[in-house]
Amino acid sequence: MSAPAMVGRREFLKTGAAVGGGLLVSWHLPLPSFGGDKDAGNQVALNAFVRIGTDESVTVISSHSEMGQGIYTSLPMLLNEELEADWSKIRVEAAPVDKVYNHPVFGMQMTGGSTTSPAEWGRYRKMGALARTMLVTAAAQQWNVDATSCHVAKGVVLHSASGRRATYGALANAAAQLTPPSEVKLKDANSFTLIGKPTRRLDTPSKTNGSAQFGLDVTLPGMLTAVVARPPVFGGKVVKFDATEALKVPGVKAVEQVESGVAVIAERFWPAKIGRDKLVVTWDLGPNAGLSTEQMTRDFADQAKAPGTVAKKTGDAASALKTAAKTITAEYDVPYLAHAMMEPLNCVVDLRADSCEIWTGTQFETVDRARAAEVAGLPPEKVQIHTTLLGGGFGRRANPASDFVREAVHVAKVAKAPVKVVWTRDDDLKGGWYRPMWHDRFEAGLDANGEPIAWTHTIVGQSIMQGTLFESFGIKDGVDSASVEGAADLLYGIPNLQVDLHSPKIGVPVQWWRSVGHSHTGFSVEAFLDEVAHAGGKDPYELRRKLLANQPRMLAVLDLAAQKANWGAKLPPGVARGIAGHFSFDSYVAQVVEASVAKDGAVRVHRVVCAVDCGTVINPDTVRAQMEGGIIFGLTAALKTEITLKNGKVEQSNFHDYQMLRIFETPKIEVHIVPSTVNPTGVGEPGVPPVAPALANAIFAATGKRIRRLPIRASDLAETAGAKA
Amino acid sequence: MTNFFVNGKPVQVDVDPSTPLLWVLRESLGLTGTKFGCGMALCGACTVHLEGKAIRSCVAPVARAEGKHVTTIEGLSSDMTHPLQKAWIELDVPQCGYCQSGQIMSAAVLLTEIPKPTDKDIDEAMGGNICRCGTYTRIRQAIHRAAELSGGRRTS
Repeated sequence: MSAPAMVGRREFLKTGAAVGGGLLVSWHLPLPSFGGDKDAGNQVALNAFVRIGTDESVTVISSHSEMGQGIYTSLPMLLNEELEADWSKIRVEAAPVDKVYNHPVFGMQMTGGSTTSPAEWGRYRKMGALARTMLVTAAAQQWNVDATSCHVAKGVVLHSASGRRATYGALANAAAQLTPPSEVKLKDANSFTLIGKPTRRLDTPSKTNGSAQFGLDVTLPGMLTAVVARPPVFGGKVVKFDATEALKVPGVKAVEQVESGVAVIAERFWPAKIGRDKLVVTWDLGPNAGLSTEQMTRDFADQAKAPGTVAKKTGDAASALKTAAKTITAEYDVPYLAHAMMEPLNCVVDLRADSCEIWTGTQFETVDRARAAEVAGLPPEKVQIHTTLLGGGFGRRANPASDFVREAVHVAKVAKAPVKVVWTRDDDLKGGWYRPMWHDRFEAGLDANGEPIAWTHTIVGQSIMQGTLFESFGIKDGVDSASVEGAADLLYGIPNLQVDLHSPKIGVPVQWWRSVGHSHTGFSVEAFLDEVAHAGGKDPYELRRKLLANQPRMLAVLDLAAQKANWGAKLPPGVARGIAGHFSFDSYVAQVVEASVAKDGAVRVHRVVCAVDCGTVINPDTVRAQMEGGIIFGLTAALKTEITLKNGKVEQSNFHDYQMLRIFETPKIEVHIVPSTVNPTGVGEPGVPPVAPALANAIFAATGKRIRRLPIRASDLAETAGAKA
Repeated sequence: MTNFFVNGKPVQVDVDPSTPLLWVLRESLGLTGTKFGCGMALCGACTVHLEGKAIRSCVAPVARAEGKHVTTIEGLSSDMTHPLQKAWIELDVPQCGYCQSGQIMSAAVLLTEIPKPTDKDIDEAMGGNICRCGTYTRIRQAIHRAAELSGGRRTS
C-alpha cells in the first residue's frame, strides 16, 4: 500500500482549527457497504456515524478503537452535543473498515498519537448536527411548519406553537430520505450541555459483569485455536521441526510451518499450548544471536561522545559552552520496554475462497486490512475487520507490520478453518516491537548567575519510523521526529541549543509505546534540568518558571502543580518533592512527586500532584482517569520494568520478571485541570512523561543521589537515604 | 468427565482433568468474563471463587473443582446489583476493563471476609491483581464505596 497521507502535529494544529470552523470532512460519502449489526434492521442511518432506531435507540459508530482511553464515551458525547438525543438511549458500535472512517488528519483508519479527540472534535459534532437538522426538517415537513419554529429536546422534535411533538425514532425513516444540508452551524462553547460535564462511561457496565467482548473472547462455529512457536532470537528462521509428540496431544489437529514460525493448531487453547511445549524446533538463530543490551548500553554511550545528525540548532551552543562560567554534563539510559497489555495479542481469522473476516482488538485497521489482503491474496475490499474492545493498546496494537494480524492470516491459510491465534504472556513479552532503549548525553553551560545559556543533547537510539511505511513522513533530513520529540522542541528559553541524533540499526523491532519519544526525553531533559538548577544554586521550580517566561500555558500548569503540592512547605522527615513538566501531544502537564527512600534503597512514592492543560475538556473524568493511568504507567517504567537481551534472547517472560506497579505501591494521585476554550489536545499519553523525572528529582532531594538510568534500582540507592550531597 | 457447579448450575465437562479451570470456563462453558493474563497466577485476571475463596483459575486444574461450586464474574449478581458493581459504575473504575473481572472477584472475597476493609486490608487482598491501565486509586475508592453501600454487612 502507498504511504498514508499523514501530516505532522504542527500542521495538524492548523488543520484541527479549520475542522472546527469549516466542513473539511466528507460526511456525504456513501455508507459502508457491509451489512452491519444484526439488530440494525429497525435502525436508520442518517449518516455513516449515527443510526436511529424505531425503538429510540441511537447508535454512534466509533471510527476509533476503545482501548481504555474512554473514546467510546467521548465521541458519542461530541455527536450528541449536537444531536440532542436522550443520552440514556445512546449506544456505541465499532466502525467497519471503510474510508469514510479514516482519521481526519492521518488519512487512514487508526487510533493513536493521542489524536482522537483533537481530530474528531469537528467531525462528530458536525455529524450530530446534520442528523438533528434532518430530523427537524422531517418533522417540519410532516407538520407543514417552518423548521426554524421547531426545536429539539432529549430525542424529541417539538413545535411549541401547535404543541406537536415527534420522537427521533418516529422521524428517522423520513429524515433518512432527505438530502443532508450543506452547512450546519455548531453550538458555541457556552451552550454546551454535555461537553465538559463529567459523564459516566458507556462501557463501564459491560466491564463489571463479564459481558464486554475483547478479541480473545470471540468464538466462531468450528473455530480452532492456534499458538505459534516463534524464533528465540529476532530474525531467526525454522530449520526443521519434529511434531511427533505434539501431534499425540489429544485435541491437536495440525502442526504447520508458517512465515513467523511453527503453528500448533488445536481444538482449544490448552491442547495447542501443550502441543507447542512438546514441539521440537531447530532454529537458525540468524544475525542477531550475539545481541546483548549490556553491550549496547556501552556502544550507545560511545556513540554519544561524537555529535550525530543535527535535529535542532539555535544560537551557537559550542561557543557558548566555551565561555560559560560553569559547565555540567550527564548521561541517562533507559531500556527497551514492552507494552504488556493485560490482554495478550490475539487475532481471529475466518478465511474463505473469496473473503476474509478478522476479529481483533487493533489500533490500525487500514494497515492491518492491507497486510491481511496481501497474505490472503484478496483485494482489500474482500477483507473485513471487526474491531473488538482492546484489553489495552499503548501503541502495541498499532503495529506498522501488522505482525499479529498478518501471522493469523498465515495460520488461517494452513488451518483451513476459522482460527484464533493466541499469544501467551511470554509470547507477548518476548515478541518484540518494544519502546527503543535510549542513551541521552547532555552538556549545559551556566552563566555567572547560575542560569543556563547553552544546552547540548545527543540522543542515541533506534528509529521507530525507519523501514516502515511511515518513513517518508516521519524522517526528515536523517532525523526521526519520534526520536527527538520533547528534546528538539524544548520549551525552555535557553539561547544556545543543539540537539543531535544517532540512529543505530539493530535487529530488535521497535515501536511507539505510550508517549513514544517523550518517554525518554521527558525523563532525561527534566532530570538534567534539575541537575542544572542544582549546579546553579537555583530552586528547580523557580528556574523552570524563569525559563518558561514566554510559555504561558506550560508555566500555568507548573504553577498549578506546585501550588497544589505546596511546593516549598515542610514534609515529614525523609520525604522530599521533585517537580517536572513536559509538553507532548500538544498538551501541557506538570507533576510534583513526593517520595522517600528506605535504608535498603527501596523507593516509596507517597503522592503525585498533576496539573494538565489539554485545551477544551470533553469528559473531565476521563482526563483525570488518563492522567492517573499515565502516572501509574510512567511509575512502572521508572521503578520496575526493563526488557534485556542476552545472546540475542529476551530475558523476561512473565510478570515475575517484568513486574507491574501494584495497588500497594500506588501513591495518592491528585489531578487538576486548567480550564481552557481552545481546541482539545492529547490526553492518553501526556500524563506519562513527567512522572519519572519528577520522581528522580524527588529522590535527589531526599538522598542527594542522582538517578540517571531507569528503572530505578534499590541497589543504586541503598544506604544513601539522608546522605544529602 | 468432571462434574461441578458454576454460578449455581451443575455442569459436566469432558476435557483432560489437568486443563486449567480458566480454559474450561472460557472455552467449554462459554463464560468469557474470566480473563487470561499470564497463565502463572501472577496477574489475577483469571480470579474466580471456588467454594467462596478467590483462586487463580489459570493454574487450577479443573479436577480441583470436582463436586464443588465455582462463581465467576457472570454469577456475581444476576442484575448488576452487587455493591461492587454499583461502586465500580459509580466511580467509573475500568479503563480497558480487561483485568476488572478479576479485580472485582478478588474484592468480593475481601468484602465477604472484611466488610469494612482498611487501605491496608485492600492492599493485601488486591496485591495479586495487576491493572496495566493503572486504575488502582479508583479500585481502592470503589471498594470503600461498596463497603459503604452494603452498610458494612457481609456481602456474598
